[in-house]
Amino acid sequence: MILPLRLEEVAFAAGGRCIIQPLSMEIGAGLTTIILGANGAGKSVLMRLMHGLLSPTSGRVAWQGPEPRRRQAMVFQRPVMLRRSALANVVYALEVAGVPRAEREPQALEALKEVGLLDRAQRPARVLSGGEQQRLALARAWALHPEVLFLDEPTASLDPSATREIEAVIRAFDAAGTKVIMATHNLGQARRLGDEVLYVHQGRVVERAGIETFFKQPASAEAAAFIKGELPWA
Amino acid sequence: MRHLRMDSILQSLLAAGALIASADPTLIQIVALSLAVSLSAVALAAFIGLPLGAAIAVGRFPGRRAMVVILNAMMGLPPVVVGLVVYLLLSRAGPLGEFGLLFTPSAMVIAQTILILPIVAALSRQAVEDAWHEYEEQLRSLGVEGVRAAVTVLWDIRFSLLTAVLAGLGRASAEVGAVMIVGGNIDGVTRVMTTTIALETSKGDLPLALGLGIVLIAIVLALNAAAYLVKEAAQRRYG
Repeated sequence: MILPLRLEEVAFAAGGRCIIQPLSMEIGAGLTTIILGANGAGKSVLMRLMHGLLSPTSGRVAWQGPEPRRRQAMVFQRPVMLRRSALANVVYALEVAGVPRAEREPQALEALKEVGLLDRAQRPARVLSGGEQQRLALARAWALHPEVLFLDEPTASLDPSATREIEAVIRAFDAAGTKVIMATHNLGQARRLGDEVLYVHQGRVVERAGIETFFKQPASAEAAAFIKGELPWA
Repeated sequence: MRHLRMDSILQSLLAAGALIASADPTLIQIVALSLAVSLSAVALAAFIGLPLGAAIAVGRFPGRRAMVVILNAMMGLPPVVVGLVVYLLLSRAGPLGEFGLLFTPSAMVIAQTILILPIVAALSRQAVEDAWHEYEEQLRSLGVEGVRAAVTVLWDIRFSLLTAVLAGLGRASAEVGAVMIVGGNIDGVTRVMTTTIALETSKGDLPLALGLGIVLIAIVLALNAAAYLVKEAAQRRYG
C-alpha cells in the first residue's frame, strides 16, 4: 500500500509566481477524489506534484512503502501515443514496468478488452479517434494495475458519447479497488464520479468536503460562486 | 542565330542521352565516385549529427541556445569556404598535412561531412525537441528515463530523422565548391559529377556536362521522391 498520501507544507512556484500555496493534507484509499476548480486554479500542477512529475519548491510529498511511483498511473488531457499499434502501446508500458515478455501480450489484450478496444488492437494508435485514444490511455493504465490513478481533465476535449465511455472505464477502476484522483472543471462529471471534492482556488485548497455536502452547502464563498456558475473573480 | 543555338542545345542533349544510354565508362566512373563520396559523408554526418542533435534537443547546459543558433546558421555554410578551410587543414603545411589527404576522395568526404553535419544535426535537433516536448510527461509517468527514453523517442520519429539525413545527402551530392577545392578535380581520381560539369562546360564539351547534369537531377529527384514516399507510407501505417 502506498496510500495514504501525505502532503506536508507543499508549495510550488515558477517564474517567481506562486502557483500552489503551502498545503498540508492527507489523502486516503477508497473514495474517489475530485480536484475541482476554474481553469488556471492550479489543479493540474497539484496533481503533477502528487504524481511526482513536478518537484515541490518547498515541503514534502510523502507516499508509503517502497517504489511508490510504480504503483501509480496518470492519464492526461491529451493522450500521448507512440507510433505503433494500440496493442504495442500497452505492451510497451508493461515492458517498462518489468512484466515478463510472455505475459505482456495477454495482459495487454485483457486491458484493451476492459476498455472495449479489443477490435482496435492492431490499428495504429495515432489514427484512432480522440475518444478511442483516451480509452487506450486508460487501458495502458489498467494493464499496470495501479493503486492510484490520476486523471487530468480526461474528457475535456471529447464529445458526450466518448465522455460516457471514458466515465464507464473510470468507474471500473474504482470498482477494481483503484484510488481515483481526478481534476476537472465539469460539475456534472464531478457529481457523477466523485465521493469527495477538493476545491482549488488561486493555488489554495479552499474547501474539502463530501460530494453531496459540497454541492448542497458549499462552505466557501468561492466554491458557492463557482457552483452557481458565476465567475469567482467577477 | 537563335535557331542555331537551339540546334546545338538539342544536339548536345541527344549526345548526352546517348552517353547515358550506352553506359559510357567515364560517365559511370564519375557518377560512382560522386555517390561513394556523398554517401560516405552522409553516413559520417548522420553518425555524429543525430546523437549531437538529440543531445542538444534534450540537454540543459550553458550555451545551449547559442549552439542552436550557430547550428541553424551553419546550415547555410558556403561550400567554397568549407573547402578552403579543409584545404588549409590538409595542405602540406597544415596541421593535418602529414596524412597526405589533400586531393584524395578522403579529403572530399571530410569536406562534405563538415558541410552537411550542421544540416543533419539542426534538423534532427528540431525533430527530437518537438517530440520530446510532446512525450516527456507521459514517459516520465510510465517510469521511462535516460537512455531508454532517448531510444524510445528516436525510434518513434525515425522517419523524420530519415528526412534530415536525406536533406544532407541532397546538399552533399549537389555542391561543387568544396569538392573542387580539396579534391582538385583530377581526372579518374577526384572527378565527380558537379566538378566535371563545371569543367566541361567551360571547355565547351556540352554533351558530357549535360549528361551528368541529367543524372544529377535524376538522383536528387529520386532521393526526394523516396523521402516523400517513405514518410507518407509511415504516416499511413503508424499515424
